[in-house]
Amino acid sequence: MTALFYINACIAIATTAMVIFSRHAVHALLYLVLSFLCISFSMYLFGAFMAAALEVIVYAGAIMVLFVFVIMLLNIGPNAMQSERMSLSRIAPIMLCVVLLLAELIYVLCSQDANVKYTEVTIREVAVALYTQYSLAIEIASCILLAGLVGAYRLGAKLNEIR
Amino acid sequence: MTSVPMHHILMFASVLFALGLLGVLKRRNLIFIFMSVEIMLNAAALVFVAAACKFGAPDGQIMFVFILSVAAAEVAIGLGLVLRYEHMFKTLDANAANQLKG
Repeated sequence: MTALFYINACIAIATTAMVIFSRHAVHALLYLVLSFLCISFSMYLFGAFMAAALEVIVYAGAIMVLFVFVIMLLNIGPNAMQSERMSLSRIAPIMLCVVLLLAELIYVLCSQDANVKYTEVTIREVAVALYTQYSLAIEIASCILLAGLVGAYRLGAKLNEIR
Repeated sequence: MTSVPMHHILMFASVLFALGLLGVLKRRNLIFIFMSVEIMLNAAALVFVAAACKFGAPDGQIMFVFILSVAAAEVAIGLGLVLRYEHMFKTLDANAANQLKG
């Protein structure tokens, strides 16, 4: 089971790299959905069932579908190639990320941490804590969602006129 | 059952985060920048859930729920903005909006 996590991590990193290096927008989206599924499986391997289920249902199932709809609406799939030239002349972002990763690697190799074991945190415990301790945060999150709803409606309502 | 050192999970999440950061800095298409931001959010959420599993507490998963809701609201408004952008500039290149004049 531990080997499953490492295989899963390799697949997640590979698909995420395919997201940012692919030229077709829809291909990148499908790779991103696969990456989310891999991350959800990682959460599942450690007993966080609610997080794994919510990741699949909300992230891969709603947010990515929204992306797909917008890309279909804009019809930019093949045209995404024309607005990009992945030239290596701007190498600073790549160097920044490589430096960050090297620093992380050195830190990881020099540290000794305890293991994260498979601990079942059931949905019941999460729900009890969510609705008793964090009830205020639920209200604030619903306000955020309301703001998102109103903003999205206002932004997408009339594309011909800006009032 | 699975028993993975914590720093392996942190390394995994930071690799994903660095890939998302690379996508934000490197790509010029707005949709790709948006997707890279989602990758970064997901990597941070994975760290929260891993911490929750380490301590056996549900608080990390609760934070994951809130990260999810914030990401959903952000995607909704962001995609509305992308639609407006495409309507105005007729392209999704981020460099097309390099002047303050509307």
